[in-house]
Amino acid sequence: MKIACVSARSLVVVAAAVATSGLAGVAWAQSARDFVNVVGSSTVYPFTTTVAEQFGRQGRFKTPKVESTGTGGGIKLFCNGVGVQHPDVVNASRRMNAGELETCRKNGVTEIVEVKIGFDGLTLSESKRGPSFSLTRKQVYLALAKQVPDPARPTALVNNPYKTWKDVDPALPALKIEVLGPPPTSGTRDSFHELYMEAGCRSFAWIDQLRGMDEKRFKRVCHTVREDGAFIEAGENDNLIVQKIEANPNAVGIFGFSFLEENLDQLRGLKVDGVEPTYETIASGKFPAARPLYVYVKKAHIGVIPGLKQFVDEYVSDKALGEEGYLTERGLVALPRAELAKMRADVKALKPLKL
Amino acid sequence: MSSTTDPAAAASGQRTAAETQAIVERSLRRRYRAEKRFQAYGIAAVLAGVLFVVFLFGSIFSQGASVFRQSYLRLQVFYDPAVIDPAGTRLADDLATADYQALVRESLRKRFPDVEGRAALRKLYAVASGAAAVELQQRVAADPTLIGRSERVWVLADDAVDMLLKGETRRDSAEEERRLTDEQVAWIDALAADGSLALRFNRAFFGNGDSRDPEQAGVRGALFGSFLTLLITLLLSFPIGVAAAVYLEEFAPRNRLTDVIEVNINNLAAVPSIVFGLLGLAVFIAYFGLPRSAPLVGGLVLTLLTLPTIIIASRAALKAVPPSIREAAFGMGASRLQTVAHHVLPLAMPGMLTGAIIGMARALGESAPLLMIGMVAFIVDVPKGVLDPSTALPVQVFLWSDLPERGFVERTSGAIIVLLLFLLVMNATAVVLRNRFEKRW
Repeated sequence: MKIACVSARSLVVVAAAVATSGLAGVAWAQSARDFVNVVGSSTVYPFTTTVAEQFGRQGRFKTPKVESTGTGGGIKLFCNGVGVQHPDVVNASRRMNAGELETCRKNGVTEIVEVKIGFDGLTLSESKRGPSFSLTRKQVYLALAKQVPDPARPTALVNNPYKTWKDVDPALPALKIEVLGPPPTSGTRDSFHELYMEAGCRSFAWIDQLRGMDEKRFKRVCHTVREDGAFIEAGENDNLIVQKIEANPNAVGIFGFSFLEENLDQLRGLKVDGVEPTYETIASGKFPAARPLYVYVKKAHIGVIPGLKQFVDEYVSDKALGEEGYLTERGLVALPRAELAKMRADVKALKPLKL
Repeated sequence: MSSTTDPAAAASGQRTAAETQAIVERSLRRRYRAEKRFQAYGIAAVLAGVLFVVFLFGSIFSQGASVFRQSYLRLQVFYDPAVIDPAGTRLADDLATADYQALVRESLRKRFPDVEGRAALRKLYAVASGAAAVELQQRVAADPTLIGRSERVWVLADDAVDMLLKGETRRDSAEEERRLTDEQVAWIDALAADGSLALRFNRAFFGNGDSRDPEQAGVRGALFGSFLTLLITLLLSFPIGVAAAVYLEEFAPRNRLTDVIEVNINNLAAVPSIVFGLLGLAVFIAYFGLPRSAPLVGGLVLTLLTLPTIIIASRAALKAVPPSIREAAFGMGASRLQTVAHHVLPLAMPGMLTGAIIGMARALGESAPLLMIGMVAFIVDVPKGVLDPSTALPVQVFLWSDLPERGFVERTSGAIIVLLLFLLVMNATAVVLRNRFEKRW
């Protein structure tokens, strides 16, 4: 049939077009990339983008591209190999773990420079119109865990019986427990489990002992959040949680310090273990729930990707990371001076990460 | 009822006309009521839908309308040759690297001569955005004769100033709870009082790419990214989709193979979009080595996504062409290709275009597959070609919605409004095309 021939011919043309565009792409991939490519955590994204923009404005190099892929996904891309098609830098809201480092090594990414950029406080906040109260991490654990030690027989676990904060501790207000936090897919939720739930859970001696013996059970006891409506998964978007607790004075929200700082006229940070979340308390390590944030740099790309070295230098400069730096204006809490100096020296020397 | 029936009719099981009439009238009322009820349900459903739309649009527009006006600061700037071009070379490179921030600072100092001390001055300088210096630099680059002269320029104010002017930051809150000190608020009020600080049309929002400073962040990069991506999608998916539909509908024999193809096309239309993203990552980026974050890859992925929609719509459009048209063409001795190319395709084209535009509208709103291919990214430069890194409008909405600065709340809604307008233009085009070319039988 004639038309069949025509369509077959056009199919061949299309296939050829796709193939040539593919070949052009291969050619592109082999030629150099002239901008820095960053992937990773959405928590570190606001900071790295700020540095990228400042760096780009100096006009010496192109503005780096920063993708928001999440810590795990970012490290995966980063560890895929060495070469212009792979990212140069990865943002992480937690430290890279041994398994990830091993994957990296297997794919030829042998030397990675770790940059600890500072801290992010994980705060519990409420509306200004709400009752002002302070919590301990033990109270947070008791209020939000799925199973808690039986008040009558402390070595046995029961389903969480507490309905109000007063049930948890008579000193707290008689308010329904209502906490808005991120879903399990979020890195912030991991931090919440680690900094609040696990810390609170370990205040029970027998659970703490489980840690060495039965790691799985320990994780299950400490990291399982109740599902009866007291803990509300409010989505990945921290701004949404901010808006919801502004509207509901009885609810408590979980989010990073930068969001609290930006909304101080409407919100109040709850004291945790008696310490108020402020820049100073987080920087000095007094505030118990602060997590370090990291940026990892692929050493093999330094000198290959134009501007990578300079971008890292800009990132660790006093202008960016120092106590008065522009990142602190964005809510990042700077490292203590001595630690910052040591980190900076390690980064300048491109000391590879060892776990 | 049986008491009023006459015995003969009852015996034969028949009803009189009057009885039938009564039964019908009784059931008629019931049926009318049922119809009324049904209509009421329908109206309630429509109202509920309208209510949701009104609520959605209301919240977006109430939050986003303010983005079209932005706080600008009027400065009396003296283009000091000693600052801009101390060597007197007038070379473009020298002009570009000069310290334009110093001109902004000088101008603010002149406006408030009694502000003294480093800390106080820093606070004063913070009233202007970092973009002010860039604006001055661009003006000088465009017209080097400005050097040595003085002019009044409107430059962007800082986002904290903007939030105060728009009433987003509460003035009655304590000093340490807002980003502006009482001193700064006093300066802002003084500037606003003599008209040097005002809300004007937001050029930056339409002229800039992304930025971490809300006052400088704009949708231009995302808009161009979306446009380039959709262009690639349209160029690829429309010809391929139409060719596939024409072959399947007009030429292909009906056998098991074409049945399998048909089922698969219908299935593909319902595949979650993230799957296409993963496919794009594996094939276009990993295998063909195309660059990440490029509109070309985005367009290819969205082509996969829209193809089934276009094929299905195009086949429906071909089916709607009456067989008599084909038979008449055959009767006149036309070949199958002539029949299709001269008669069937032109008649089916409006329907196909509508289908294509519906598919493109879906592609415009997608952000999930773009995550996998790296288009969810912070990109300052506006893309110039299909290989430049870029982002897209829905992605920009997603990224801005998650930033802590308050100025990004209105920008998020503003970007949604732009996205809706883009969609509206596309859908209006579809309606116009259909009305102009559609034939009814």
